[in-house]
Amino acid sequence: MRYTFLLYSKESDFADVAPEDMGEQLAVYGKYIQALKDAGVFIDTDWLQPTMTATTVTLRGGTKQVQDGPFAETKEQFGGYFVVDVPDLDAALAWAEKCPNVHYGLVEVRASAMPDGQK
Amino acid sequence: MTIPNHLIEARISKLMRASYGRLLAILAVQSRDISAAEDALADAFERALKTWPLQGEPDNAEAWLITVARNRLNDGRKSAASKRNVSLDVETMESDGTMPASYNTMRTEVFNDERLKLMFACTHPAIDANLHAPLMLQTVLGIEAAEIANIFLVPPATLTQRLVRAKRKIRDAGIPFTVPEGDQLVERLDSVLTAIYATYAIGWDDAPTGHVIDDRGAEAVHLCDVLVELLPEQPEALGLAAFLAYSAGRDGARLSEKGEYIPLDLQDIAKWDRAWLAKGDALLARAQAKGRFGAYQIEAAIQSVHCDRRKSGVTDWSSIVSLYDGLIALSPSAGALVARAAAVGALHGPQAGLVALQALEPEIAARFQPAFACAAHFYAQLGRQDEARHAFLKAISLSTSVPIRHYLMDRMQKLR
Repeated sequence: MRYTFLLYSKESDFADVAPEDMGEQLAVYGKYIQALKDAGVFIDTDWLQPTMTATTVTLRGGTKQVQDGPFAETKEQFGGYFVVDVPDLDAALAWAEKCPNVHYGLVEVRASAMPDGQK
Repeated sequence: MTIPNHLIEARISKLMRASYGRLLAILAVQSRDISAAEDALADAFERALKTWPLQGEPDNAEAWLITVARNRLNDGRKSAASKRNVSLDVETMESDGTMPASYNTMRTEVFNDERLKLMFACTHPAIDANLHAPLMLQTVLGIEAAEIANIFLVPPATLTQRLVRAKRKIRDAGIPFTVPEGDQLVERLDSVLTAIYATYAIGWDDAPTGHVIDDRGAEAVHLCDVLVELLPEQPEALGLAAFLAYSAGRDGARLSEKGEYIPLDLQDIAKWDRAWLAKGDALLARAQAKGRFGAYQIEAAIQSVHCDRRKSGVTDWSSIVSLYDGLIALSPSAGALVARAAAVGALHGPQAGLVALQALEPEIAARFQPAFACAAHFYAQLGRQDEARHAFLKAISLSTSVPIRHYLMDRMQKLR
């Protein structure tokens, strides 16, 4: 079964971190990705630029609206994701616990709702 | 006289490895400010690198470093006017090349080892328990934050930030640098032991790959050595040291040359390190002579029985079951219950092992990887293939350690 880990943390926690230290900070993700790959459960991952760089688009009101900034101001921001393929929620949680993000933020675990044929 | 730079540098880095924790503890206990003490000591080592090649290494290098660092700490606190009254100023030593008179009296100064006080400050209940071990590793052993982050698989900037905050709290909240007495000592010592144990233990279940484990074990052993040196009469500290010695003795036998996981009772005893195991025996005997039993001594005793296989050729499972009974009575845990069930299975057969596994709380058992791995083993022995396969699959899916995954997959493929 496919699960997505949604990674949330406070961007402000890293406002003062120098770029080279940020590189080290992200390097631990390399080990995590390798562990997921070695176990054969890795599907995909990405981490994102901060929310201040976000642009939000909608046609919901009938006209195109483009907004500079994120959809919602939240206390913790969405910063990246992992997609894994594991048998069940227990296994997904075992891996989510190992995600480096849990040390400074939180990980929301959601099962895929997409029908198998479209994956 | 001029001494080649590289010799001085080698000498100073050796001194740093050997003395860092002791020197830092003296400065931290005095100033009650770990960060300021770290800065001052780093400054003193830097100054040594500059002046020792020109003036030679002082007779008492540690006293020199402490004096320079203390002056630096005082500089930070005192105004420029009062600074002139400080009797010993190493700056003057640099400019005219002679030692001030007061330096000679200082040379004979004997330092108390203050590392124990530092350990108790780092593991104070007011500090987040997750930071106890990282704080001790950084201050007592002088390990860099980035390396500690690597050991615990925590992002370095996150850990650095937390360590800075914890040290600030120790300073601002007035956390004492004292060794507790009486009952307090036993209670607070438990936090120190827990942190050292965590440094060692997290690795075995949690590390996704094998290589980080060794560092962790070595640093735990190092910390516990310091503890036992300073608290030689505490049976539980000795018990943990014995446990770590037994584990260190089996390091070389845990994984095969191809990196495959090998369970304890199948390890090749020729790969066990006899010197470490003998050290474990000696520490455990010292602990037990104190006549006060505790969980770490039992853990060590269990290891001791396993390691006795090197003498007798067989594992005494009956003793292991009794020891786990004692451990569970003292401090019940899911891990101990599964380990006991495994021993019961080895002693009385797989059916008895499965019954013993039922002592686990169902809601814990439903997600606990070792319970599934253990049950799979028993089902396989009983020839209950489908149940075995089911348990193996669940155990594999819950394993984030690659060697353990491969071991279980291999076992599962051997089912009929």
